[in-house]
Amino acid sequence: MSDLESLKSTLLNEIEAAADEAAIEAVRVNALGKKGSVSELLKTLGAMSPEERQTRGAAINVLKNEITERITQRKSALKDAAIAARLAAESVDVSLPVRTSPAELGRIHPITQIVDEISAIFGDMGFSIAEGPDVETDYYNFTALNFPVGHPAREMHDTFFFPADENGERKVLRTHTSPVQVRTMEAQKPPIRIIIPGKTYRQDSDATHSPMFHQVEGLVIDKKANVANLRWVLEEFCKSFFEVDSVTMRFRPSFFPFTEPSFEVDIQCDRSGPVVKFGEGKDWMEILGCGMVHPNVLRFGGIDPDEYQGFAWGMGLDRIAMLKYGMPDLRDFFNADIRWINHYGFRPLDMPTLFGGLSA
Amino acid sequence: MKFTLSWLKDHLETDATLDQICEKLTAIGLEVEDVDDRAAFKPFTIAKIVTAEKHPEADRLKVLGVDKGDGKLIQIVCGAPNARAGLIGALAEPGTYVPGIDVTLGVGKIRGVESHGMMCSEKELMVSDDHNGIIDLPADAPLGTSYAAYAGLDDPVIEINLTPNRPDCTGVYGIARDLAAAGLGTLKTRKAPAFKVEGKTPVEVKLDFASDDTHLCPGFALRLVRGVKNGPSPQWMQKRLTAIGLRPINALVDITNYMTFDQARPLHVFDAAKVAGNLVVRRAKAGEKVLALDTREYELNPANVVIADDKGVESIAGIMGGEHSGCDENTVDVLVESALWDPLNIAKSGREHGIITDARYRFERGVDPEYMVAGLERATELVLELCGGVAAEANVVGYAGYKAKSINFPVSEVKRLTGIDVPAKESRDILVKLGFGVEGSGEQLKVSVPSWRPDVDGKADLVEEVLRIHGVEQVKAQPLDSHGVVNGKILTTLQIRTRAAKRALAARGMGEAVTWSFIPAEHATLFGGGSAALKLSNPIAADMSDMRPSLLPGLLSAAQRNAARGYGDVALFEVSGTYESDRPEGQRRVAGGVRRGTATLAGAGRMWSNGKAGGGKAVDVYDAKADALAVLEACGMPMGNVQIEKGGPDWYHPGRSGTIKMGPKVILGTFGEFHPKALDALDVGGALCGFEVYIDAIPEPKKKATKTKPVLELSPFQAVRRDFAFVVDKSVEAGAIIRAAASADRKLIGAVNVFDIFEGASLGADKKSVAIEVTIQPAERTLTDEDFDGLTKRIIANVEKTTGGTLRA
Repeated sequence: MSDLESLKSTLLNEIEAAADEAAIEAVRVNALGKKGSVSELLKTLGAMSPEERQTRGAAINVLKNEITERITQRKSALKDAAIAARLAAESVDVSLPVRTSPAELGRIHPITQIVDEISAIFGDMGFSIAEGPDVETDYYNFTALNFPVGHPAREMHDTFFFPADENGERKVLRTHTSPVQVRTMEAQKPPIRIIIPGKTYRQDSDATHSPMFHQVEGLVIDKKANVANLRWVLEEFCKSFFEVDSVTMRFRPSFFPFTEPSFEVDIQCDRSGPVVKFGEGKDWMEILGCGMVHPNVLRFGGIDPDEYQGFAWGMGLDRIAMLKYGMPDLRDFFNADIRWINHYGFRPLDMPTLFGGLSA
Repeated sequence: MKFTLSWLKDHLETDATLDQICEKLTAIGLEVEDVDDRAAFKPFTIAKIVTAEKHPEADRLKVLGVDKGDGKLIQIVCGAPNARAGLIGALAEPGTYVPGIDVTLGVGKIRGVESHGMMCSEKELMVSDDHNGIIDLPADAPLGTSYAAYAGLDDPVIEINLTPNRPDCTGVYGIARDLAAAGLGTLKTRKAPAFKVEGKTPVEVKLDFASDDTHLCPGFALRLVRGVKNGPSPQWMQKRLTAIGLRPINALVDITNYMTFDQARPLHVFDAAKVAGNLVVRRAKAGEKVLALDTREYELNPANVVIADDKGVESIAGIMGGEHSGCDENTVDVLVESALWDPLNIAKSGREHGIITDARYRFERGVDPEYMVAGLERATELVLELCGGVAAEANVVGYAGYKAKSINFPVSEVKRLTGIDVPAKESRDILVKLGFGVEGSGEQLKVSVPSWRPDVDGKADLVEEVLRIHGVEQVKAQPLDSHGVVNGKILTTLQIRTRAAKRALAARGMGEAVTWSFIPAEHATLFGGGSAALKLSNPIAADMSDMRPSLLPGLLSAAQRNAARGYGDVALFEVSGTYESDRPEGQRRVAGGVRRGTATLAGAGRMWSNGKAGGGKAVDVYDAKADALAVLEACGMPMGNVQIEKGGPDWYHPGRSGTIKMGPKVILGTFGEFHPKALDALDVGGALCGFEVYIDAIPEPKKKATKTKPVLELSPFQAVRRDFAFVVDKSVEAGAIIRAAASADRKLIGAVNVFDIFEGASLGADKKSVAIEVTIQPAERTLTDEDFDGLTKRIIANVEKTTGGTLRA
């Protein structure tokens, strides 16, 4: 075996034996470094005859190239092995649970969500949103809404009263959102298009009545708003709100002090199953009361009933929430039971829009 | 209001079916609440007992062979004493529901003998209370036919849900008039009563009222009928009264009830023998008592109107008669009263004494004044017909006659308010059919309101009359005019902020609650409320008495309720009203929240990633502070203008709470852990923190001239961070160190953050070390070492000067 072959064999053994990147680097230095065994051989070329250089030189270069390549290969293999070992060592149990985003855990109360849904619908029809105080005067809650003196609603069994003030006047907790109609008429000239969502209060408590509940009311006043327009607004609203292609409504003459003519409105539905379905079925369900604003109410609001006219409607927010989303008991709305809130509530990023749909 | 179909047909000539009538009633505003078509009575068949043998095992039972007309014998075991061969009665076969005993029959075995049904008593069929034996029909009763049809029990009962504005429809006649106007038949005319009158009514009536009180009794008519025989009323009358849920008493009383429902004309009958002297109609005297027909004694007062004789009160006017002068089978001479009363007074007195009667129901809605005398005439006729006797001339006092309201009615109002075209002639015809007087022709009518329609006042009321009879369903939807523009923002700043606050808090993992606006008085007082003006006079429950001054007591109680159910780590918020006064501006818009247990932003409960055996961190003042600031940011509050002061209202822990302010006066909110005494008083416990932000205190955003954002200036020079630690007195607030450091160079210093707080013996007992990281952002050039040295010295000097601390070595 020539010396070159012997060296080659030694180096290849060393390359093979190198266990890590440091060891292979040491092999490289020992062979190809300035003072490496192969480099030392190359240095001998200068002292050789041209003939010798031609044969021996070529052989040394072949050796150098082969060793260089083998070292590179080994280096790469060792690097891969090192990474593989590191990755193996860093492996964790990805089945361990992680925290849920707070934005997924939090909940919006159905009433808030419903108000947003309704605002989206009526905003599209050019309505704005009006609000008013919960603690009202007798004037705004009753008198200006054409409730006659002695009307049963003015009695203690129906309405929450506060003690009489020095003038003998007793404030009330508003029994409906309608006082805001008159407050709006006083503050704003027609045309008026508003909806009024808010808290209302009555002396009543059972499975379908709560001493505190929510209503939404609508008011349109201009020079031509009529029953036909009222019907259109309510049909469009119900279609949008219940997210069905069509609804069938039935207007029945009825009576409210603040509207004339007055109607109760039934919506056709299917009540045969556990959940009420709208847009189908053969049953009727009363859903709201409405009518043309009573001339006396317009007068109380400072509006001439022979020049202007309009309509109003009102319905229970909690009730339509129950109809759409299926909560069985009104009282649960006010219990703050986190299990109920989590179940019936809405995710904070689920914002009702018309372009994205009211509900998910 | 209940009536039967045959009763309606007494007044309405019609071929319409029950369904058509009910549909029309609802369509014209007389909403049908319930129809009992009496199908329950259909299965009962007239059958004859052919054989009746003694039961082999029981002395009191018989085994019957019953024939229902087909000659076959049905075996029935029967215990009725009158069961006998030859009796014709009402048979119920297996499968039949028997209403009087609320049982569906099956094939039974009684003492070993099979029984295939039963022969019914009147009580079992709810015809009467008679349960002494089974129904015993005349020999000519047709076997095999329906007992209900034979006995007149198949008359459908209709119940309408009457709106309070329609007193005329508290009588069947008024309902018939409406239906006739709506084209469902012809109203039969009421024939004028004709009877002979002999002598005068000897009892005089005095209306004893002050001149401003005469409205309390606008008319009173009284007639004596002598020599009556007061037995049971006839079957047809009893059946109708029973069908609508009234109990027949005797003919005289039944006549008053019948007139109440037939003609909406309540009446009263006195036994003349029991009335002493003349009658006086007056206000009751304080403390005056009367034993009423319901056998209860009522103590009256001057707000009530009574009819009294020489001995005292005989009747509570318009509401209920007195027991003393009531009519029974011994009554020979009867005084029949038909009067008018003030609706408001009747409603008030009725409510005051808790008396609900059919008379009150009508008088508080308004009884037709023009039918006062006519009603007495009709009642007299019925008395003479059913009880015999001789009628005396009536005494009528106080009635001034009816003055009809007159309304100028352009028929174009119908189109203006409803959007539909109803021909002028049709509008006119409808009003005439409803009994309105109509003058003029064409477009401009002068309409006078009939005496039975006190609800009609103006044009809009007439539009309603035309519309409901013409048909509300004729109105088809017409789009509201579009504004012709893309709709812009519709929410006010407060509405936008309310919404933003809710979404921001929910996005922080909190659940939105809606709690009561009224809370227990002691909770209200504890949280700064409890004023007399905000206490309900008539709370629904003792612990729902005071308008809340704060959202926190309700939320804390709610958190506690959840904890009691096993959900102690709970984060709740509410954005709603609190009440500082009873004026509109006293209602604040507040965002409030409570976190309990370990319900922090990161998440509640134990978690492997928390380390330390997963223990969850209990909520504290800083969780509440972060929530409060998040609300302010969501509402667009410029946070540079916000200051935090230590301490808050009394219900907070004084050392672990803060007040968020803008300038020296405006309080934007409060946050913190709670005072142990407050928690004790609310009866809540556990780790708790909370906050309130007054959304309505946040200033309106500045109006900007443009939506364009300011130009973004990015520094090309690298930002540098430098750390400092200062040893200061424990009482020094970190906020002061931050402000001092930042003020060293407002241009260069971008941010100052506290990254470590250390307290230890090495520093001294009352000292702490606060470590800050200052971000320096050069804008114009790279800073030199000299620049940094200078800035560093200024930062240290500023902090040392303002806090009295020293740079930590």
